[in-house]
Amino acid sequence: MSLFDVFNVSGSAMNAETIRLNTTASNLANAESVNGDPTKVYRARHPVFQAVMNSEMGLDDAAGASSGVRVMGVVESTTPPIQTYEPNNPLADKDGYVYTSNVNSIEEMANMISANRSFATDVEAVNTARDLLLKVISMGH
Amino acid sequence: MFDNIFGIHEQALMVQGQRMGVLAGNLANADTPGFKARDIDFAAVLSSQSQGDRALPLAATDSAHITLSGTDPATADVKYRNPYQASLDGNTVEMPVEQAAFSETNVRYQASLNFINSRISELTLAINGS
Repeated sequence: MSLFDVFNVSGSAMNAETIRLNTTASNLANAESVNGDPTKVYRARHPVFQAVMNSEMGLDDAAGASSGVRVMGVVESTTPPIQTYEPNNPLADKDGYVYTSNVNSIEEMANMISANRSFATDVEAVNTARDLLLKVISMGH
Repeated sequence: MFDNIFGIHEQALMVQGQRMGVLAGNLANADTPGFKARDIDFAAVLSSQSQGDRALPLAATDSAHITLSGTDPATADVKYRNPYQASLDGNTVEMPVEQAAFSETNVRYQASLNFINSRISELTLAINGS
């Protein structure tokens, strides 16, 4: 019964979107983090999504039809950190420079909206499947 | 008489349910790079089903024999969707298209359920006579 697969598929997607929201929150929280060492400053993190077939999730799926999502890993942005001259900053290096994290707040806000929308869509899919299955249960009454 | 009480709706429920699973997979992978959206062509499954009843089935006498896809409603063939607008990351999921298809499947599923329910109450009426 494929309608039951909807719960697993959409559930895995909601999990992945939650991880995406978490990384976005972490990025926004550290948007203004500074460090005197450019290699140690916080770098923006982004999850990489990957489709996962039902057979891998241990579900019965003869047609190989539906597929869920998993987070393959979290990658750090390679954009160079922003260098600013602040000789009075206690974290400044010997030349008086501090390095701010490479988080792009606008990009993160857009990411947050996208994750929010996708999560809402997945919830809607679960609700629809649940309503239909409840109607199947009450069939003939 | 009771072999085919619900007509096509029994199989229709199965295929629509499967289509819903496929579409939920598309919605779930809306943000997955390189994911190709898929769908089940209900009309194609219907015609292959109605032809399959008339055509002679292939005998599978060995476990290595490959069965024809599309002849079994449980393994209705899943096809890739042609995107209206290609995206740079290779993902072909288009949210409005998928959402429209999902709600369409929802309505069709409920329609089949309604037909089955009416048939059941019709037969109950015939049996009880009141």
